[in-house]
Amino acid sequence: MSLSEELEVLRNIPMFSDVAPTQLKLLAFTSQRLTFAAGQDLFRLGDMGDCAYIIISGEADVLVDKDGTEVVVAKAGKNELIGEIAILCDVPRTATVRAVTELTALKIPKDLFFRLIAEFPDMGVQVMAELARRLHRTTQQLTEALAKLEDR
Amino acid sequence: MEPGIFKFILRHSLRQQITILCLTVGSFPFLYFSLELPKIIINDAINAKDFPKALLGAEFEQIPYLLLLSGVFLALVIVKSGFKFCINIYQGLLGERMLRRLRYELYSRILRFPLLHFRRVSPNEMIPMITSEVEPLGGFIGEAIALPAFYGGTLVVIFAFVFIQDPILGLAAISLYPIQGYLIPRLQRRVNELAKQRVRAVRETARNIGETVSGVTEIHVHDTSQYELAKFAGRMGRIYEIRYEIYRRKFFIKFLNGFLGQLTPFFFYSIGGYLVIEGDLSFGALVAVLAAYKDLTPPWKELLKYYQRQADARIKYEQVTIQFQPADMMDEALQTTDPEPDERLSGDIVATNVRLEEEDQVKIIDGVTFTFGLDEHIAIVGSGASGKETLAMLIARLIPPTGGRLTIGGRDLADLPESVTGRRMAYVGPGAYMFSGTVRENLMYGLKHRPLRPAVYDEETAPIRARALQDAVLAGNTGLDPRAGWTDYAAAGADGPESLRVLAMALLDLVEMGDTLYEMGLRGTLDPGERPEIAERLLRAREATRERLKAPDMAELVEPFDETKYNDNATVAENLLFGTPVGAGFDIDNLAESPYVRKVLDQVGLTSDLLEMGRQVAGLMIELFSGLDPGHEFFDQYSFIEAEDLPEFHALLGRITKEGLEGLGADDRNRLLSLPFKLIPARHRLDQIDDDMRARLLAARRTFAAELPEALKPSVEFFDAEKYNAAASLQDNILFGKIAYGQALSAERVGAMIAEVVNELGLRDEVMEVGLDYEVGIGGTRLGIGQRQRLAIVRSLLKRPDLMIVNEALTALDDAVQTRILRNLIAEMKGRGLIFVSPRAKLAREFGRVVVMESGRIVEQGTFTELDREGTRLHELMSAG
Repeated sequence: MSLSEELEVLRNIPMFSDVAPTQLKLLAFTSQRLTFAAGQDLFRLGDMGDCAYIIISGEADVLVDKDGTEVVVAKAGKNELIGEIAILCDVPRTATVRAVTELTALKIPKDLFFRLIAEFPDMGVQVMAELARRLHRTTQQLTEALAKLEDR
Repeated sequence: MEPGIFKFILRHSLRQQITILCLTVGSFPFLYFSLELPKIIINDAINAKDFPKALLGAEFEQIPYLLLLSGVFLALVIVKSGFKFCINIYQGLLGERMLRRLRYELYSRILRFPLLHFRRVSPNEMIPMITSEVEPLGGFIGEAIALPAFYGGTLVVIFAFVFIQDPILGLAAISLYPIQGYLIPRLQRRVNELAKQRVRAVRETARNIGETVSGVTEIHVHDTSQYELAKFAGRMGRIYEIRYEIYRRKFFIKFLNGFLGQLTPFFFYSIGGYLVIEGDLSFGALVAVLAAYKDLTPPWKELLKYYQRQADARIKYEQVTIQFQPADMMDEALQTTDPEPDERLSGDIVATNVRLEEEDQVKIIDGVTFTFGLDEHIAIVGSGASGKETLAMLIARLIPPTGGRLTIGGRDLADLPESVTGRRMAYVGPGAYMFSGTVRENLMYGLKHRPLRPAVYDEETAPIRARALQDAVLAGNTGLDPRAGWTDYAAAGADGPESLRVLAMALLDLVEMGDTLYEMGLRGTLDPGERPEIAERLLRAREATRERLKAPDMAELVEPFDETKYNDNATVAENLLFGTPVGAGFDIDNLAESPYVRKVLDQVGLTSDLLEMGRQVAGLMIELFSGLDPGHEFFDQYSFIEAEDLPEFHALLGRITKEGLEGLGADDRNRLLSLPFKLIPARHRLDQIDDDMRARLLAARRTFAAELPEALKPSVEFFDAEKYNAAASLQDNILFGKIAYGQALSAERVGAMIAEVVNELGLRDEVMEVGLDYEVGIGGTRLGIGQRQRLAIVRSLLKRPDLMIVNEALTALDDAVQTRILRNLIAEMKGRGLIFVSPRAKLAREFGRVVVMESGRIVEQGTFTELDREGTRLHELMSAG
């Protein structure tokens, strides 16, 4: 896949819908495109992170550690942004992400990610919305879990 | 050292000075005769009538006689110049030789300075003293005696001549000299004083600059740049004032001298003219006196200049040498004495009331008494200011105690020559200094005490070495040959370089440095001519790697080099060259500028396509990177064009739009062509390099190799699947390809695969051996402090000391590693003495005996179990961390 094709992919991701084409091009040019084999980790729980990923093709599991065994808590697929929490708030990776199929992703360096958010507030809003959605989902799951506990 | 420069000169060069003096005196008769001759020519040849004249039994008419005399005059001039030539050469030689002696003496003194003295002097002062400050002394020393003798003698000869012509004229000529002789030294004295001040002021400035460089962080964090600038300006002002004052006085002396000198002709014209008119003096004599007078001014001026220079030189010499005479300098004999054969330390180290006070009565060590066996392992612990580090340095004889006695096996430590302390004892401090050179050279450093095996010279080099030796001895330098074999293999228990290497490798494992060395080795190069067997095995590793890369999950990680295929993970330049550049001829970053490459491109018709590609790349770079700050890290990481060059390329593109690619000048073409050369298709994913372009670049590759002129062949080593590439690293040789872009963790996985192959083929030792040739950089800066500390331990262990002192020398390593290495060290030193000084009291657990220091005293001593209980100082130190 060439740079111009990647640009098309990026343009179709909602989060980047109103980032200027030049900036998107810079994003594509400076990001490494990586291929992961099925079963390979994009990153592991507890590692320090310096980049986020945008999945271009393929699917991945999001895993957390529960009493020493890994539990799938979510799935990630095409056009999704993952790994942004570690670079947004400088904490270790909060989960392991593992490719389920062969997976291609753009690796976005932290620096560029912040730059884009600073320059394109709308993209910031999109990232916020995504984070809020996840928080909402987590809160819901927490409520359900609490309810189950009380039921016992 | 001789207190004054003249003492130094007489002591070391009296004979040579006398030779110069003899040459000088020998030239005087010719000088006198060349003064006398003009008079004879005028009076006897031009103005005389009584021809023919008889000379040496022959008769001469006027014209032949004139020509004969003129010929003699010419001959005299040649002889005079010949003398001057010889004297100058000899003086230059002598000056250089004495300068060399002086520098050698100063440097050798640095090696004998007491260690504490280095706190008071900075290298910023010492370096210019040995290099630039003494430089003018060489010139002076060569002529110190001959010049005043020559010009003084010349003056005397001229005076004598004038006196013989007419005593009154003679008196007139010298009448003013007593006045000059009285006035000038008095004026000069003040200038000398100023010159001394200037030397000091300049030196202080040097120290000031050095401090600024070292303390620049403090200057930034405290916003004191303006203060520093003001201080610096103040110093400059002081130097300026002194200099100005010196100029004023110096030139006043010149003026006075010149004026007094000009008074003399006044006497010549008035008195001499009167005498000629009265008939008491011949006209010829007056002309000769005037001619002589003309010759008189230069020597007089030279003498005055000499007088000022000798004052200058005297001051410089004194000001420099005084800095190299600290109190308590080590006796030279301690460094030059050779050891007894098989000398070993044995018995106990006994300290009796050892004290160390600094100048201001501060007690660092305050009455320490102990007896350590040379087979004991002892930990010395204590807080930061307890004096434990200083005690270690005292035992290592790095600092002499100011009171009390330290003995080893009954011998006073202070009397032991360095050939014993430096070989039978080992000391490793926290700094772990490495000298520039390879890891190997640094490890062997502790074995180079004396030349053991003479260097081999052939017919051509032997006379050169003989002359160098002779010169060195004449200049008072050591005659030891730096090219001789210095490494004492036997001291390390080895019988040659190979067995020493094996020993060193084992010790490197002891400090857990094997992996580092392996990494260094992979990055290093190997000369297959020297080690054909290893090169052969590395080629087998290449083969094994190729096999492994056939596995489906590995194939995508590496793109191997293939002469017939374009490598998408390499740059266009690398694809074109298809080899490793040797030297600067085909430097990969500037390949586009090579005339031969350009010729090849023209030949295969690629130039215009590459220019067009360059135009597109430049356009993209401008589009992507124009909006970034010039200092942005993306420029370094991603851009093909540096930030400051962007506007230039912008203008270049403008010119292309106007005039087309054909209208570009040579510079513009160079600039544009360099861009596509950096393209890596797999990484940059630009569409420019399609299959057609690949095929054409391959054609260029073939042409490049096929038509490479003989002269350029040594500049490139082509990739050849069957041949070891001496210019490429070990890793590149094994891999024989490029790690692919776009594969997750490719570098790590390939690294692991190479390690597997290397281990399977039993090549790890060989790779590590290449790592021994890793250049550590100046002061070892290419190594981390932890690596330097480990190497320093190995360097010390290699000489198999009877006593090893480890003074906070593992501090850069984390606790777990430190403990492991320490255990290895203890096992290695079994049966021999080990003194371990550490701020981490917990490590004392590993030792048979523990000494606890506080405020310069030993407060507790005993086994660890004895001391490890509530209420002891050791316990307190351990719970503090």
